[in-house]
Amino acid sequence: MASKPSFSAEISNLLYAAHGNPINSCIQCGTCSGTCPVVDYMDQTPRRLIGMINADLKDDVLDTNTYWFCASCYHCTVRCPADIDIAGVMYAVKRYSIWNKTYSDDLVGPTFSEAWVKMITRSGRSYEPILAPTYMFQLGTKEFIQEAFNASKMVMKGKIPVLPPRIKRLDNFKNMIKKIIPLGESS
Amino acid sequence: MKKYAYFPGCSLEKMASSYHKSALETTSVFDIELQELDDWNCCGATAYFHVDELLANTLVARNLALAEKEGLDLVAPCSACYKNAYFTSAYLKEDPDLAEHINFALEEDDLQYNAKTDVYHLIEVFADEIGPEKIKEKVTNPLKGLSIAPYYGCQIVRPRKNGEEVENPQYFEDIITAIGAESTYFPERLRCCGGSLIMTSRVPALEMVRILLTSAEKNGADVIATACPLCQVNLECYQNAVNEEFGTEFHLPILYFTQLIGLALGISAKELGFGVELVSAKPIFKKLLPKEAN
Repeated sequence: MASKPSFSAEISNLLYAAHGNPINSCIQCGTCSGTCPVVDYMDQTPRRLIGMINADLKDDVLDTNTYWFCASCYHCTVRCPADIDIAGVMYAVKRYSIWNKTYSDDLVGPTFSEAWVKMITRSGRSYEPILAPTYMFQLGTKEFIQEAFNASKMVMKGKIPVLPPRIKRLDNFKNMIKKIIPLGESS
Repeated sequence: MKKYAYFPGCSLEKMASSYHKSALETTSVFDIELQELDDWNCCGATAYFHVDELLANTLVARNLALAEKEGLDLVAPCSACYKNAYFTSAYLKEDPDLAEHINFALEEDDLQYNAKTDVYHLIEVFADEIGPEKIKEKVTNPLKGLSIAPYYGCQIVRPRKNGEEVENPQYFEDIITAIGAESTYFPERLRCCGGSLIMTSRVPALEMVRILLTSAEKNGADVIATACPLCQVNLECYQNAVNEEFGTEFHLPILYFTQLIGLALGISAKELGFGVELVSAKPIFKKLLPKEAN
């Protein structure tokens, strides 16, 4: 009988093989944490998060905001002396948390990403006025007002199109996506 | 005439129309044609990759296949589009299993990708294909006295491609010098603007924008030049929010590098898409007026 894979093995499996060395080659030097521009706002630093994944502390890892606060700037990735794609690791944990619905409710990131992907699978292009309502109500009051204010200025400057764009061969496009992931009828 | 398949990306259709206009205007001066990819789809930015990597690579591969069908190399003006296209192309080249799986899906749209298309960012076309020397030759209105901060951001330089210089690139500075302006010493030029965190984690993102604006202003920049629509939106449209959050008073114009090249080439402000700025670009034009007119 196959045994259940460990959490660190599951995360490794979510990392595409071309993305550098495996996470268990981490030497805990902290270059990633020292480089990260968002580290001050993270519950756990990137170095600690990788240590926690390697120690299979699954629930503690998933409870952090660290991976959803990663801006994908790849500064840690290019500096890692063990050649681990750390931004790629953050992506892997994001995917794990979306597929297993284990992210904490106060994060806007996963809602935003899921809404984006649904929008693209329907039209092939991105369109802010469709995207906005899906995450706007999760923002705090201040952020909500900032967004509404910015949106109105952009509309006035003609920066937001009136109609949502669509690609032409949308049926082919949807069939292509269906060969990769299952889509519900509503898509 | 050199021809590229041009992948504008969703932002350039409207939000970054000034980037779109100025890209087409300036490249045509150097006999380069940007032919828009027919029926392109969204590159997914960071969001697809948060959900499913195979799906993300498939959607990017569709655009690559469209370019390959035309027999052209692909140019993307947006750093996120560029990074996605570049790396998907590289993975498909290295990994026949991945390529087979993705081509199986692409069949639905009568497409396939054989990794024959090279991917470039628009700024690489100016830095390498054209080069600072040729840019200089075509300059009719050198931007004398203007201090331009070269903002590389992240995804043009990172992740690293083929052992390229990621800690101290110089090509943006060289372009700025070629158009007669002064390149601002800008130590934060490779620091992240916050990307999509501006939507999902507001305060950290505003802090990231604040650090960039502070660094540019402190070192005397009249304007920050960007090569990415997301960097431009974060730095410009959220400048007010930064001022509110931190009690700062930034009024720093944020323009696309192609708009600044265009001005130096003598192209009219209107053709370069000026006039839709949320932070006024007027101080720049004032500074560039011939001295005798002042």
